[in-house]
Amino acid sequence: MSGSPINPARARKTLIEVRGLKYRYDDGTQALDGVDFDLRESECVALLGANGSGKTTFVLHLNGLLSGDGFVKVCGLPVSKENLPAIRAKIGMVFQDSDEQLFMPSVLEDVAFGPANQGLAPDQATSRALQALDQVGMAWASAKAPYHLSAGEKRRVALAGVLAMDPEILVLDEPTTYLDPPGQRDLLRLLKDLPQAKILVTHDIPFAQALATRAVFFEKGKLAAEGSIDELLYEFDWRLDPRA
Amino acid sequence: MHHVLVEQWSRGRSWLHRRDARAKLASLAVVLIAIGTIRIGAHVALAAYFALLLAATVAARLPVTSILLRAGTVLPFSGTFAVVSWLSGDPQRAIALVEKSYLSALAALILISTTPLPKLFAGLESLGVPRLINLVVQFLYRYLFVISEQAQHMRLASRCRGGGHGGFRAANQNRFQAAAGALAVLFARSYGRAEGVHRAMLARGFAGHFPLLAPARLSLADGGFFLSALAAAVLVRFVL
Repeated sequence: MSGSPINPARARKTLIEVRGLKYRYDDGTQALDGVDFDLRESECVALLGANGSGKTTFVLHLNGLLSGDGFVKVCGLPVSKENLPAIRAKIGMVFQDSDEQLFMPSVLEDVAFGPANQGLAPDQATSRALQALDQVGMAWASAKAPYHLSAGEKRRVALAGVLAMDPEILVLDEPTTYLDPPGQRDLLRLLKDLPQAKILVTHDIPFAQALATRAVFFEKGKLAAEGSIDELLYEFDWRLDPRA
Repeated sequence: MHHVLVEQWSRGRSWLHRRDARAKLASLAVVLIAIGTIRIGAHVALAAYFALLLAATVAARLPVTSILLRAGTVLPFSGTFAVVSWLSGDPQRAIALVEKSYLSALAALILISTTPLPKLFAGLESLGVPRLINLVVQFLYRYLFVISEQAQHMRLASRCRGGGHGGFRAANQNRFQAAAGALAVLFARSYGRAEGVHRAMLARGFAGHFPLLAPARLSLADGGFFLSALAAAVLVRFVL
């Protein structure tokens, strides 16, 4: 029997499925205009595109923080009000500004916030939080107040906050903002070691090249192209030095 | 910032810090009622309350001078009413207003300086404060950080671009003009920032309740503490 060879990418489980997603802000801006997107197990997809092209608006739909027209399914669950607790446990979102994410009085309480909201007993939530802090190399800061940490440390703690929820997917919005090169290198190493599928919203091309397995390009609320990062940089003339 | 410092103090490990928030809240209520209802001119009794609160501050290993000074932030408000009372011919009432408001503020400050906020709010909720009000107060407190941080950034940006320079009068005029415009921007930015914080909370499963890592349990020591506070407050109120 002759069958066509199975494409390994297609054989992997689809974690996120988005079809025809549209979203208009209250001021009339059409932020998303019919986006189709898939994310499969162990993939890392970079979302590229100019400022205001709809990347962040798009990822906010994945865990129901925004709700537009279209179809969004996460780990087999349609994004709807009744599925939000389950979906938010599956998608760990690390926001661009860590200060927005760290709102509890101590690092430990902040990292344990997610697991505690998932209904874990206080000792289990604490143990999960300590484990996640250890994973990102921040266990030493568990008793500290988040506002006493450096930008890189805050980023790690924010990441620990979502890892403690044991998500299947990580969404990272501009993860290298405010990080110095050694901080970016440490973060890259850390993210490479994490088994979760990832969506990376970024303008940091070298970081995306080092981490992402493929990329999609947003333009005026539409998914304009998909491919390798190098292909997209060439296609949309995003290279820093076009002669190179 | 005041609230940051108070939050640091609340993480101490003294005997008073370890008491259950409910026992401390009930004790505070007793002390406030006792101070509020004491007759005008009972200076000795009020001095005794001051001594008790001072002893609590020392026992909690809080910085005494800072606590005493910070409790004075209530004085501009109560002082206004005290001046009105004084001018209307009732100096005893004016003095009592200042004394009582200062002591009440000191007692409340000791409570929040020895009780981490999540425990304080959980204590309030278990004592029957409606959850909605509790939640509103918690958000208000959390967004104070957001607003003060935004205000600091804007002040810095204004100074970097020459805001506040020139002669005293010109500088003040510029400063007020800039401040008036900045207020609107501050509101819009703080709103955006607060929305971001709320989004981050929702993304981690927030469902209207701040979870506690160490659930509160009333112990014999907590009961003993409340009874001691009650006895001291009543004794001073009715004996001195």
